[in-house]
Amino acid sequence: MADTGDDDDDRYRIKEGDYVVLKRGDIYKSVQILPKKKVIFEKQWIFLDNAVGCLYGDTFEIGAGGGLQPQNTKTTESPPDSKVAGTDNRNIIDDGKSQKLTKDDIEKLKDQGLRGQEIVQQLIENSSTFSNKTGYAQDKYIKKKKKKYENTVTVLRPNCRILAMMYHGREPGKICHLRYDTLAQMLTLANIHANSKVLVFETCAGLVLGSIMERMGGFGTVIQMFPGEGPVRAGVESFGFPAHFYETLHEFPICHLNALEAGTLNKRPVAGEKESTAEEEEVLPGADQQDGSPDDQSMETVSGDAKVQDQKQKEEEKRREAKALEKKVKLEEKQRKLAAAAAQLDGRNADGLVIASRFHPCPVLLRLLRFLSPSRPFAVYSQYLEPLIECYTKLKEQGGAVGLKVTDTWLRHYQVLPNRTHPRLLMSGGGGYLLSGTTVASERSAGSLQSEEPAPKRQKLKDTLG
Amino acid sequence: MSFVEYSECIQDSDVAIIYLGHNSVMPVKVQHGAQTQTRYGVIRHSSDLIGQRYGSKVTCSKGGWVYVLHPTPELWTVSLPHRTQILYTTDIATITMMLDLKPGSIVCESGTGSGSLSHAILRTIAPTGHLHTVEFHKQRSEKAAEEFSEHRVSHLVTVRNQDVCKDGFGVTGVADAVFLDIPSPWEAVGHAKAALKKHGGRLCSFSPCIEQVQRTAEALTDHGFEEINTLEVLLRVHDVRTVSLPLPDYGPDCSAHPEPDAMETPPPPSHASISMKTTTPPRELPGHTGYLIFATKPRT
Repeated sequence: MADTGDDDDDRYRIKEGDYVVLKRGDIYKSVQILPKKKVIFEKQWIFLDNAVGCLYGDTFEIGAGGGLQPQNTKTTESPPDSKVAGTDNRNIIDDGKSQKLTKDDIEKLKDQGLRGQEIVQQLIENSSTFSNKTGYAQDKYIKKKKKKYENTVTVLRPNCRILAMMYHGREPGKICHLRYDTLAQMLTLANIHANSKVLVFETCAGLVLGSIMERMGGFGTVIQMFPGEGPVRAGVESFGFPAHFYETLHEFPICHLNALEAGTLNKRPVAGEKESTAEEEEVLPGADQQDGSPDDQSMETVSGDAKVQDQKQKEEEKRREAKALEKKVKLEEKQRKLAAAAAQLDGRNADGLVIASRFHPCPVLLRLLRFLSPSRPFAVYSQYLEPLIECYTKLKEQGGAVGLKVTDTWLRHYQVLPNRTHPRLLMSGGGGYLLSGTTVASERSAGSLQSEEPAPKRQKLKDTLG
Repeated sequence: MSFVEYSECIQDSDVAIIYLGHNSVMPVKVQHGAQTQTRYGVIRHSSDLIGQRYGSKVTCSKGGWVYVLHPTPELWTVSLPHRTQILYTTDIATITMMLDLKPGSIVCESGTGSGSLSHAILRTIAPTGHLHTVEFHKQRSEKAAEEFSEHRVSHLVTVRNQDVCKDGFGVTGVADAVFLDIPSPWEAVGHAKAALKKHGGRLCSFSPCIEQVQRTAEALTDHGFEEINTLEVLLRVHDVRTVSLPLPDYGPDCSAHPEPDAMETPPPPSHASISMKTTTPPRELPGHTGYLIFATKPRT
């Protein structure tokens, strides 16, 4: 089933309004393609209009003025044909004077419209020490200069991997410092897959929610439990999901959890309640006025000014009416959505639970676990270890979960080059911790027959108070 | 029951996972009239399993108990019968995300091995994706096909018994992602490139040895792959423990003048200790499974 020409191409074409990710090297930025919209990327202003109609994955040069131009030739690594190189650095003196071009010279070259590759070539030709460097040092030099003077940007289709790396690199604070490999573990440990019902509680700007939705492919149900007034979903937009994905997404405010469980959910969202009562108060006098005014009008002697005033009054009342109706419709919609979410929760048959927030995970986990069927996985993320120790301990006491594990992952990148292979960075401890487990039929069994935690070793000396 | 969809109750011919305790799980083929021996006694399928809810506690003949769990790829990975060294969940999770796998993805994999990764891929790409998996060992490929059938995922997978280095994956231009876990992945890079869609796709190669990594990275570069990235993921487990740390005894308090509040604060008893919850690393950590090389095939 090979691809067939243009039809398939259409799926890979960049369209106006698309959410994309701009990339240069290891830097990513999520943006929306809007006409004539200026976007900053790596200290440059860019207009993305020219990307529309091109294919995802295309790389562009940023022209003077910020417009995108298709890249003419792929920058191929020039083969070391007649590379003059030295053998080691014993005679290379780093006095800062080896580059003959000044900053101004380079700016002039940039203004002349020289492409990144050409500027690098100029730098090499004007470096007095270049030919004395070893071949490897020359490669490193070229790579470094390319990175600095490269003027290209690649337009990518957003996905979990790219967005998770982007958020972790750019705004880790927004996602509770969740590293992308930890996110990967969560998605797998919680067995996120199509046609399941997943509960999510996250304060990671919607990145976790979006990742879950991606892995569900629009099949199944996702219920986002949220604190406060409304769910944060900015990150979800960046994924660029098709509209039908949102039909599977529900939200439920945790401030109504008690009411839900007591069966007294009065179906009026607290967030909207204050607003609506205030508005109702607004509307009521307006309505009175409305009812009153025709009488008033008929009673008043009609003078020229009064007529104009009446006209204005009528228009204002119409507007108020329309607004009130709009608010009413919105409120009803909100109530309907809340009831739908509540119905999903009432069954207590969710298939998975994912928690990743700045809140203390223990009360969240213990409360939300009740909504899962038995034999279903859950994954809880915390930036810190101690809260998860508490979760583990409490779960052991209360029962209802097996296979509990507290883990974190170490991620190590490698540079792989001939004769130059070695690890790069060790990102340890910066990715957060996970607690994972599986629910089982709960029965409050304090002190199981087969304890999982080995008994603490007895002290040889007399110990324990009293 | 299937490995890609949950069900509530245990039925005849299901594959269920018996949870015996800390880190101890075993798979069971549920059958009317059958019995399973465990260290806690016998489990009789007809009375103890069939019709019970997944997640239930089952008391065995000797009096001990176990839990019966619905199978998931993660539980399967730690309970499946090994025919080869397998990939574990930590690497599998990383691979899944870095290959951009999701419902509808078309994936090519070789070698199938014991099917640990295969099951995880199937779970992620269901219900609209497909896995083409290649295994050059005849018995292993047959065993894998058998298991996929028992696990009710056959419709999502095609198993081919051939040598991927010579004959490729059996399909071309269809894959969103290719995964290689073979001794000489550089020999299969060409076939991997052919299997991937013209619009591009992702590739991952898993190798225990750095020399394999180097040769593979070179082959990938030669074939025009981009964004070549090599990494490894290590799992660190934190075992939660209660520990008791004794406090030192410095002898009876010998101050010359009696403190005004000496009566209110009695000296700490010499046999005191502080008890607390903390974590310790396990005795041995798996320090290395393999290197993961990821790359992107650009549009051709």
